[in-house]
Amino acid sequence: MHETMVAQSLVEAISQEARSRQVKPIRAKISCGELNPVNDEVLSFAFEAVARGTLCEGMQLQIEHKRLQARCKACDNTFTVDLHDTKCPSCGGGDFDLLPDAPLLLEEIEFVGADDGQD
Amino acid sequence: MMGKIDVGKKILSANETYALKNSQFLTARGKRCFNIISSPGSGKTTILVRTITDLSAKVRIGVIEGDIQTDIDAERIRATNAPAIQINTEGACHLSAAQVNTALDKLPLDALDMVLIENVGNLVCPSAFELGEDGKIVVLSVAEGDDKPVKYPAIFARSKALLVNKMDLLAGSHVEFDLERVKVDARRLNKGIEIFPVSAKTGEGMQNWYDWLTNQVVSRR
Repeated sequence: MHETMVAQSLVEAISQEARSRQVKPIRAKISCGELNPVNDEVLSFAFEAVARGTLCEGMQLQIEHKRLQARCKACDNTFTVDLHDTKCPSCGGGDFDLLPDAPLLLEEIEFVGADDGQD
Repeated sequence: MMGKIDVGKKILSANETYALKNSQFLTARGKRCFNIISSPGSGKTTILVRTITDLSAKVRIGVIEGDIQTDIDAERIRATNAPAIQINTEGACHLSAAQVNTALDKLPLDALDMVLIENVGNLVCPSAFELGEDGKIVVLSVAEGDDKPVKYPAIFARSKALLVNKMDLLAGSHVEFDLERVKVDARRLNKGIEIFPVSAKTGEGMQNWYDWLTNQVVSRR
């Protein structure tokens, strides 16, 4: 989807956190669900471009993709859904509820002190 | 000094804030709102025009139209005497909740039961942006092929209803389309999805869709 917009929102959110704590962000971890995935390459490229000239310049992004989960109605097993072959791996049943897809989240920011850039 | 900050913040939270505002604004006034999403050319506007006309005695509908350019669609809606606000996204591939917030202010809500939002023609991006609606409605026309729920699962997983449009094209065998496959694939992703095979051109199947839509208003009254 709209990776540039996501990159812009990330730069704003990270810059805000970093400013309020007076630190220099060096790495950020984000996560996304399976139904609204981001493309790692496109997002990293967009982030690099948007971050230029901001506190986020030169930062690394780590993107975790969280798989869609479902709960089997027959045996109550929670499992990772294969969207193309949806069966409960435990009992083989096909009746299940999809659990909510993981939202697009800024999970954590790694930083160094703003004063020296070192620890 | 080195360290980590646990943030846990939704990246698109600015949009969600506006979506919540819209939802509260509409709920407080007892108005229903649906967000209609499809590829370009599936017949969203034709469905709207026919629905507004055929339901005019029962449900008063206002429309927010999203398009990259032009107000062609809003003009088609206004020809039915229903109010329509056009949003031009000027390149953006989806409507945002902030844009809908501004458009809602321009609609004569006191004279309406329901707001239907016609999103920008796109089966991907609009599904990720909540607008404050009561539900999403996805439209798939038979000419697009029966593999779309498998290829674009997000929108089918998140919609309350699926309109399979242009069913009249199947009669002449102009297109190959397996309706059963679409039903099975869509329900695999979304057990509760209502599926209406329709032709907005001939009127085939539209009554079931009207009944469902009318019920949404009755259940709110």
